[in-house]
Amino acid sequence: MSDERDEQAPEQPAAEQAPENVPVAPGTRDNPARGVRSGMFGVSGSGDTSGYGGLVRPTVFPGAAERPYGGWFDTVADGLDGLVEGVVVHRGEITFHIRREHLLEAAQRLRDDEALRFEFCSGVSGVHYPEDTGRELHAVYHLLSMTWNRRIRLEVTCPDEDPHIPSLVPLYPTNDWHERETWDFFGIVFDGHPSLTRIQMPDDWPGHPQRKDYPLGGIPVEYKGGTIPPPDERRSYN
Amino acid sequence: MGVEEKLPSGVLLTTVEGVAGYMRKASFWPATFGLACCAIEMMTSGGPKYDLARFGMEVFRASPRQADLMIVAGRVSQKMAPVLRQIYDQMAEPKWVLAMGVCASSGGMFNNYAVVQGVDHVVPVDMYLPGCPPRPEMLIDAILKLHDQVQHAKLGANRAAQIRELETEALNALPTSDMKGMLR
Amino acid sequence: MASTGATDRGDDLYAPGSETSQGRVFTVTGQDWDSITEGLAEGEEAERVVVNMGPQHPSTHGVLRLILELEGETVTEARCGIGYLHTGIEKNMEYRNWVQGVTFCTRMDYLSPFYNEATYVLGIERLLDIEEEIPEKAQVMRVLLMELNRISSHLVAIATGGMEIGALTVMTIGFRERELVLDLFELITGLRMNHAFIRPGGVAQDLPPGALDEIRDFITLMRKRLPEYAALCNANPIFKARLVGVGHLDLAGCLALGISGPVLRSTGYGWDLRKTQPYCGYEDYEFDVQTWDTSDSYGRFRVRLNEMHESLRIVEQAADRLAGLEGAPVMVADKKIAWPSQLAIGSDGMGNSLDHIRSIMGESMEGLIHHFKLVTEGFRVPPGQAYVPVESPRGELGAHVVSDGGTRPFRAHFRDPSFTNLQATSTMSEGGMVADVVVAIASIDPVMGGVDR
Repeated sequence: MSDERDEQAPEQPAAEQAPENVPVAPGTRDNPARGVRSGMFGVSGSGDTSGYGGLVRPTVFPGAAERPYGGWFDTVADGLDGLVEGVVVHRGEITFHIRREHLLEAAQRLRDDEALRFEFCSGVSGVHYPEDTGRELHAVYHLLSMTWNRRIRLEVTCPDEDPHIPSLVPLYPTNDWHERETWDFFGIVFDGHPSLTRIQMPDDWPGHPQRKDYPLGGIPVEYKGGTIPPPDERRSYN
Repeated sequence: MGVEEKLPSGVLLTTVEGVAGYMRKASFWPATFGLACCAIEMMTSGGPKYDLARFGMEVFRASPRQADLMIVAGRVSQKMAPVLRQIYDQMAEPKWVLAMGVCASSGGMFNNYAVVQGVDHVVPVDMYLPGCPPRPEMLIDAILKLHDQVQHAKLGANRAAQIRELETEALNALPTSDMKGMLR
Repeated sequence: MASTGATDRGDDLYAPGSETSQGRVFTVTGQDWDSITEGLAEGEEAERVVVNMGPQHPSTHGVLRLILELEGETVTEARCGIGYLHTGIEKNMEYRNWVQGVTFCTRMDYLSPFYNEATYVLGIERLLDIEEEIPEKAQVMRVLLMELNRISSHLVAIATGGMEIGALTVMTIGFRERELVLDLFELITGLRMNHAFIRPGGVAQDLPPGALDEIRDFITLMRKRLPEYAALCNANPIFKARLVGVGHLDLAGCLALGISGPVLRSTGYGWDLRKTQPYCGYEDYEFDVQTWDTSDSYGRFRVRLNEMHESLRIVEQAADRLAGLEGAPVMVADKKIAWPSQLAIGSDGMGNSLDHIRSIMGESMEGLIHHFKLVTEGFRVPPGQAYVPVESPRGELGAHVVSDGGTRPFRAHFRDPSFTNLQATSTMSEGGMVADVVVAIASIDPVMGGVDR
């Protein structure tokens, strides 16, 4: 039994958000459901005696939006015509999902087009979705247009087996250290980066710490005869 | 120090120890090892309101060769630990270490891959000061308690005996992990 | 490894010299300069020396490692080594509640803790869709605390910058004024630093009685004290000689490198998120964006000094508004999100307010349930991502918050201004002298806790 729950409603009618109702059309962001929560209260790590342990809920992220997006979102989408895989509009923020092959061209247009002028890149943020098979590693870029006072987000994905994304350093030099940090923490290789080396961890550190399959690495804490396991091994509500 | 070799052991050593201890504690120069938030509180305790200069400690020596006390103020990351050890090694005897803040004492709130869970994994610590960050008054309190230790440190043969005694005591002591119960 | 000198022989057990694939490495222990000059004269790269400054160094503004290639006194290449303060805070936040995350993120940029908290909390509030429901008093208190934090952060920037160039008086008076701000923080939040005060839904607790008078006294006192900095530094010939023309980075360079904050405003471009993309009600306050047009360290110093004056204006306006908001709520009305605790000063210090405990234990079952659920499980935030940047004293600080519908952040990444601004070190230092490197970094004002997180 799967109990689907929509966690929120963006500017789209609710029916579209149930996972099987989202149209998996070419060029859109397909299937926003990633991951599953099972058991009531999300308790993990010890006996759940409530009897509701059979509950299974998929986590549904905000789904694809359709034209018109509203306001200046359409102007930016027009500028990126043909390069965008999907658009999500949520809480007044617009996210463009872009395939990694098109990233450089999209960034070029965003920076240079008169109507777009996104001069300021706030950096790359990596996110690891282990259950999003084939698209586990996401690199999220936040762009700011000072001329038009607008903010957008670009999201690029790559699979764990082939974690390569073109580097934006030739276009936005500010991404230099941000891409190094994302490589350091997630293992995303940015092709074309002048010197992709570890920046936060020691140079010979094995592994990429902020991935979900990397343990938090804490130690059990003892105090006066009692022991508490490290935060990632405790019983928790999630 | 050459004086303890020249004097026969036991003779007048207690007075000399007293004077030497007083000299050391009254001009006890810290090495700058400010890392994070605790470093700011350490700087303010050197500032005008909580004045460390009244204890002769306002000169934070940048060179560890000239320092007596290393106040490890802040979280020590895995990358910083070898640097910490090298600075400690470069300090000349006698030297003391004060672990300021919970991150230096035990890893603090950061029980994870990146932080050394207590600098006593890397250097021997003489005084632990909890707090996140500890107030400047707390830091001064810890320093004054350390001054007691410095004042009563022995010289020469007495020091060697004291070290032996402390080591046997520590080796025979019950490990904390074996202490059970409420320990009230 | 045939050469003279204690260093190369490896006599010093704790700091041996060595021959590496990159050439000879000297570890200097004192009184052995001649061995270095001899060694240098022998090598092919006779004039160029790679010097390592830090990470333990009094002038590198924290645990920053600078790798400088010197030709005489000129820096030909400058590189930063960071990561010596990396604490894994972002990963740690993934194992804690949304509210507990505030306690973690506040320690990133430890000189401006309220800004870390604010950007994180604004991201959560956007995902929860309660941005419109935050009570006015909470917003005004947030602005008040953030502006006081801006003053204290700029004071530290000026104080440590002054200390690094040798102006020790600036350090003592900077920390003296900062104590006044920290006293206010202690009065309002209970802590001098790293307050976990701005929480999702509002602020942790109401203003204590007497706080407004203290704030007004503080404003009067600061109005007399701030001109001291100007009098001491602005026209000081040594100060100007050290700072004017140093660390030059014009507007194009700033935008390419993603620089924001006083460094960007010193180029003449008045980009301030409080004006252009206001949050927490900043659009209702009267203040000016401070700029300078020389794009050098001196300009950044003047911008910071003027910003402190503007912050005082905002603090005054916030205090006036708070005077009219006695008794207003400071947390959102939705009890399933609002942090339930109330604190009060008891006989042994600040702790749980007994009235509050009496009401939830004796009078309100819902209060008890909410308290229990919020403290053990926490509230759930709908899935999605948000990015709400704030104008921290160092530039644009934004938290990219990703939620998967749970009680914990799925990912909280902080775009820290110090991290981005520090990339400008190379551009600012290369071609200048070693002494100017220190001044340039001081003018960027990086806080290594934010750089390394």
